Amino acid sequence: MTSGTGAVQGGALQVKGEVVSLKPVGDYLHLTMTAPGVAERMRPGNFVALSVGGEQSAMLLRRAFSIYRAQASTRGGTVEIVFAEHGKGTRWMTRLAPKDTIDVVGPLGRPFALPKQPVACTLVGGGYGMAPMFSLAERLRARGCSVHMLIGAASESRLFGALEASRAASSVRITTEDGSMGHRGRVTDVLPDLIDKTGSDVVYACGPMPMLQAVSAVADEHGAHSQCAVEETMACGVGVCMTCVLPVRGDDGVIRMVRSCVEGPVFRGDRVLWDDVGTIPDGTLGAANRGARNERSDARDHGRSAP
Amino acid sequence: MADLTTELAGVRLPNPVMTASGCAAAGQELGQFFDVTELGAIVTKSIMRFPRSGRPTPRMVETPSGMLNSIGLQGPGIDSFLARDLPWLVQRGARPFVSIAGSTVDEFVELTRRVVNSPGVSALEVNISCPNVENRGLVFACDPMQAARVIEAVRPHVPEGLPMFAKLTPDVTSIVDVARAVADAGADGATMINTLLGMAIDPDTLRPILGGVTGGLSGPAIRPVAVRAVYQVHAALPEFPVIGVGGIRTGADALEFVAAGATAVQVGTVIFNDPSAPMRVVRELDSELDRLGIASVEKARGCAHGGVGQ
Repeated sequence: MTSGTGAVQGGALQVKGEVVSLKPVGDYLHLTMTAPGVAERMRPGNFVALSVGGEQSAMLLRRAFSIYRAQASTRGGTVEIVFAEHGKGTRWMTRLAPKDTIDVVGPLGRPFALPKQPVACTLVGGGYGMAPMFSLAERLRARGCSVHMLIGAASESRLFGALEASRAASSVRITTEDGSMGHRGRVTDVLPDLIDKTGSDVVYACGPMPMLQAVSAVADEHGAHSQCAVEETMACGVGVCMTCVLPVRGDDGVIRMVRSCVEGPVFRGDRVLWDDVGTIPDGTLGAANRGARNERSDARDHGRSAP
Repeated sequence: MADLTTELAGVRLPNPVMTASGCAAAGQELGQFFDVTELGAIVTKSIMRFPRSGRPTPRMVETPSGMLNSIGLQGPGIDSFLARDLPWLVQRGARPFVSIAGSTVDEFVELTRRVVNSPGVSALEVNISCPNVENRGLVFACDPMQAARVIEAVRPHVPEGLPMFAKLTPDVTSIVDVARAVADAGADGATMINTLLGMAIDPDTLRPILGGVTGGLSGPAIRPVAVRAVYQVHAALPEFPVIGVGGIRTGADALEFVAAGATAVQVGTVIFNDPSAPMRVVRELDSELDRLGIASVEKARGCAHGGVGQ
């Protein structure tokens, strides 16, 4: 089938995958599944949307997850994701066993933009937001970029990929909020120094929205571009439900409510109106005259990579 | 193979299955998963006169066998829709049913004029029941007189041969009264039902979850309400074509609507669960008819009424 949106080259597929393995990694779970055709099309930053609960499930909305790794194979490629149990849908996923089938839609979304020149890059991951950074690192290194990783989490058990990072990057910094590993504090404590020392031109980030906002601001202040993979609540992941919107300023200067599933999940950090996420900011294309402001409540179980 | 062709208010469709408005955007995204020309029709997301940003997030909550949404009719506006979205469907040979939504009667008239003058449009769906307009008092379909006002105003601008359907809400005392009002006002048929008004409260914060506080409930949870509405309207107005919509997930669900009296059906929220669902429903409907030994969709229509009162 052809791609209507142009968001994913070659379009997305809906396939019946099969669970290969489900293993605990710290506080998270690492799921490997077959997804013929999906792995072959995947680019770093893409995600998959999984149905949960089986064919007659009362849980209708798909759960979206960043792709950690994708491996093409003649027997049908595999896709790997990392997730945590947050609600009913992810609880069902924790009980998956090898050979169980799972309906996979992917690869979805716009991938990370890659620099044209071999520049220095800093890759920042919060918790399992680190998952998409490894395939990205591979692509960047293949282009001659130097890769520096900054991994943050609340505690050691919520870090993802710390060991793997030492193989994937020329330098690795770790922060934990409780100080159980690495620097005690947040990624933004060490990011300014890291950008300056490595001379990074691009900062790639994936993790909770407040982290992305802070990373984007630091990147701006230190003269680096930022590419942020956002977490927004999604129902379909394919661009038809209109639930995952956030305010983004376009090339033309106009603010629009754009779908994070097809126009994202990766956005230039300086284009997202971080303070206004959860609202319709004044001046947004098509906004009512009155500013529509809403206390943001936590999106439960449906954030991309935060189900 | 049963005969799935359907004659709907003068329009011949290869099968009775459509997408529901608001669940397929303008067709392009679903074109990745199936051939949109194979479906009976693609009903586009309700379009308004001007671009509209919709409501703040969170815009959806998953509920048991359903979901609540408070999108608030986000869309690009009619100019952009006609220039960019509609041509994609028309060029491929799909059958677009264009859904329009207005805040005023004049806006409906203006939108109708623009849509009917665009080549390739197969039908018009007049959404007089979106529960997300800013002022709940503006849901025309809550009141038979207000519903009829819109349809009467639009009618003279719809050319012969282009069917016009009124989309109705179940949030009324008598949907039969509203259906009769729009039929008398000149609608060629009714699409029913739109979502039911609902809300959900966060168990931790004890605050409404949706940015818009209330939202429209859809999905299999509402199917019995929709089947009842179709059944009642078909019983009261047997010659008035009804497009049944609400919680269809399988071919058997679609057949339930046909038996209740629907001439065609729409697949909505389940698309979010299974983007291939509309074509799967076509195939499953075919096998259901075969299983029951019914030769065609038209033969199954209204079966549930056979001699049994309401």
